[in-house]
Amino acid sequence: EHPKMSASQVKGVSTGTTILAVRFRGGVVIGSDSRASIGGEYVSSRVINKLVQVHDRIFCCMAGSLADAQAVTKMAKFQLSFLSIQMESPPLVKAAASVLKELCYRNKDELQAGFITAGWDKKKGPQVYTVSLGGMLVSQPFTIAGSGSTFIYGYVDAKYKPDMSREECMQFATNALALAMGRDNVSGGVIHLVVITEDKAEHVIVPGNKLPKFHDE
Amino acid sequence: MATASVLQARSAGFSFENCKRNALVEANATDLGLRVPTARKTGTTICGVVYKDGVVLGADTRATEGMIVADKNCSKIHYISPNIYCCGAGTAADTEMTTQIISSNLELHSLSTGRLPRVATANRMLKQMLFRYQGYIGAALVLGGVDCNGPHLYSIYPHGSTDKLPYVTMGSGSLAAMAVFEDRYMPDMEEEDAKRLVRDAIAGGIFNDLGSGSNIDLCVISKGKVDYLRPHDEANKKGVRVNELDARPQAGSYKYKCGTTGVLTKAVTPLHTELVEETIQTMDTS
Repeated sequence: EHPKMSASQVKGVSTGTTILAVRFRGGVVIGSDSRASIGGEYVSSRVINKLVQVHDRIFCCMAGSLADAQAVTKMAKFQLSFLSIQMESPPLVKAAASVLKELCYRNKDELQAGFITAGWDKKKGPQVYTVSLGGMLVSQPFTIAGSGSTFIYGYVDAKYKPDMSREECMQFATNALALAMGRDNVSGGVIHLVVITEDKAEHVIVPGNKLPKFHDE
Repeated sequence: MATASVLQARSAGFSFENCKRNALVEANATDLGLRVPTARKTGTTICGVVYKDGVVLGADTRATEGMIVADKNCSKIHYISPNIYCCGAGTAADTEMTTQIISSNLELHSLSTGRLPRVATANRMLKQMLFRYQGYIGAALVLGGVDCNGPHLYSIYPHGSTDKLPYVTMGSGSLAAMAVFEDRYMPDMEEEDAKRLVRDAIAGGIFNDLGSGSNIDLCVISKGKVDYLRPHDEANKKGVRVNELDARPQAGSYKYKCGTTGVLTKAVTPLHTELVEETIQTMDTS
């Protein structure tokens, strides 16, 4: 975990955060918590949605400085809608991830934001890409990021299975996020999940009182 | 893509021209025994809430300069457009100038489109400007208004991130005000309930935060109507101390009665003055 991502070192409002994306049979599940904090001390918003729709079947989730992440995703959304009109077809997930990567890499000295991009396209089906702080772009079957992700590396490595069904995958994502939110002070609130398949992108919210419990007496 | 902003020159990034000079002045000033003046902050509690027909914005009226109250009745709710107002916390000059610049640009934009400006437009302009200055402009804003898409409320942080929410608070007293909101906010409130909620939230900030104080200003914006209530509630009148137990205002007199200090001796010495010269100079009052 890059030391710059710790909440107290991000200037302004930071997304603290736990975000993840997992590929399953026929689609991807992308999820996040909903907390934004200032200096790791005050929760400035307990209901923010970190999952941004950059195109019809492509979502990305933000981590790091909220100002930087919002500016970059708005820029990427504009560039992708322009690209889809130029190419007369929906953009590839890799193209969306590349747009974010270019912005993060070219401006790495000024920005403090990382992203996970996931979606579905006709060429390669469901895909998950992670764009780190300095602008590294990597494709993985599943990925976790944000300050809360450090607490769940063991869990996701042990519990991930390739080719899960949609319900299994949603349960896996919900459990992982709930565990991270339980241990990381700058992650919390509700769980936002988006399930992206060829047909649609469905937004599911798991409220605080419906989160899975793990030996919480 | 033509943009109708005249006031703001489109140069890239923050101008660091004066930084070297400032550093030299600061270094030499301490030798001479002078103190570098600090920027005046507004301390502040500001908040906003969306109710059934529109939005209610509220602010306290204290401006502080370090530990001293610089202005007991400053106005923190700034005009952006006829249907949009903005409360500002942080550095007083930054909030003043930022809201004025965006107000001016928005008026030009509105004349260009021929439509009433939208709150989302003001939000975009403010966040893009604040992000460009990377947080060096210390303006934390609560932006609210009613446009063709209904009532909207945004909170804008100095680094350029924004939140669109039904109730927001900002400033040093934001924690106290947010506590009141989290307890009593309900969606689709009536106007009187919303005004009372905002008044109580600002009062929470005024009485529990050292950086906020004096009176409560409200601004009620609904479709076609704006009520700028300044002051809405004079929570702190000079000389009036409200007894905590029975809430009866007790007049506090700060003058001493004649005879409080006993006079031991009195000596009167007349001063003789001689009129030496008399001149008359007429003043041109045209």
